[in-house]
Amino acid sequence: MNLKFKNKRITGILTVLPENEIKFEDEIGNYNFSKSQSLKLKLIMGFDKRRVVKNGTTVSDLCIYGMNYLFEEKKINKDDIDALILVTESPDHFLPPTSHIIHGELNLKKDMFCLDINHGCSGYVFGLNQAFMLLEQEDINKVVVLNADVLSTKVSKKDRNSRPIIGDGASITIVEKDTEESTILSSVKADGKGANSLIIPAGGFRMPSTQKTAELKEDKAGNLRSLDHLYMKGDDVFNFVQREIPVQIENLLKTAGLNKNNIDYYMLHQPNKFMLKKLADKMEIPYEKMPNNIVENFGNASSVTIPTAITYNLGEKLMSDSFLICLAGYGVGLSWAAMLISLKELDFCKIINYK
Amino acid sequence: MEQKIVYLLTEIRPEFNFLESSNFIEEGMLDSFDIVSLVTSLDEKFEISIDGADILPKNFSSVEDIKKLLLKNGVLK
Repeated sequence: MNLKFKNKRITGILTVLPENEIKFEDEIGNYNFSKSQSLKLKLIMGFDKRRVVKNGTTVSDLCIYGMNYLFEEKKINKDDIDALILVTESPDHFLPPTSHIIHGELNLKKDMFCLDINHGCSGYVFGLNQAFMLLEQEDINKVVVLNADVLSTKVSKKDRNSRPIIGDGASITIVEKDTEESTILSSVKADGKGANSLIIPAGGFRMPSTQKTAELKEDKAGNLRSLDHLYMKGDDVFNFVQREIPVQIENLLKTAGLNKNNIDYYMLHQPNKFMLKKLADKMEIPYEKMPNNIVENFGNASSVTIPTAITYNLGEKLMSDSFLICLAGYGVGLSWAAMLISLKELDFCKIINYK
Repeated sequence: MEQKIVYLLTEIRPEFNFLESSNFIEEGMLDSFDIVSLVTSLDEKFEISIDGADILPKNFSSVEDIKKLLLKNGVLK
């Protein structure tokens, strides 16, 4: 499904990363890799450093910290915010919506559209799409899109499939009406038949957490995890991404009347380096146009990797320059979403540490 | 080509004799990370980039399967 939006723009992006850093080398003993295999995978997959929250820090903590930073720096004004969207898979509670907790803690006005969206790695594009739809309303002029996850707390320490890459973090993206003529194109897709490919089986209403669901069990590859932990069918997810994403981006470019060389940067979700390199090779896009340096420096924090790729790689440049960017996220659901958007002269574009 | 494939396989999992196996996956000789390592080695050795959509366990079950994959991805006989 293609979506088209007129005269909307992103005016600022902030990434909030926990200061706490964990190194792959310090955790090698948890996994059943040989030493040589570990070193090889460090290079190939980007297993290196990741930022994770300390016990007790939640999604709302990261978002509130970032929002307060923006208020203090006078980058946004509280009363100008008309909508607050939080995209997360790790809410503070089942209820209330975490966006409302954030709303309350920040003392935002009551005349507000406040919404949680349960999405993961495709969630940056879904959050933006929702924001652009809201901006069609006369009363809505400024939307804050929060993307945040703390899934490191839901990954088994003995799961080498997921543990070495999972990080935590949050991003804040400000979306507004554009006074200049502009067009944003997006494509969204879903395949619920793959819902079990990325799942935390227990802890919801279908299978409440019990002592039994917390028992660690070993899989064929020697990973130990429980039903309370995140489970990813790595092969299935990898294959789905390689099959679907190049086609989705190609179709989106075709709809826009563009070719791949017209795009300045491809900012794709970054689950691991290998997946990104394979996508770049298949799409014949130079690696420098598709940065793959987030997972090795910060870990994969679900929908936060795309804004982090932008703030980390383009940061200062986006304060004065303009780039045509292709965004693409893919994962849990299964879901995948892409967007063609111009980013220009942002009010802020940086990373801060959560202390 | 077969020799090179067996050499690369043995480099990744030296404890196994790949010439004596009929199915590397079913016999637990290669896991998904071994396949990732093997693909990287094959890409470098044969100066290709194996299509990501072809990186499925069934394409790495035997030397013959890997050979077919390489031929499909542009390696000449």
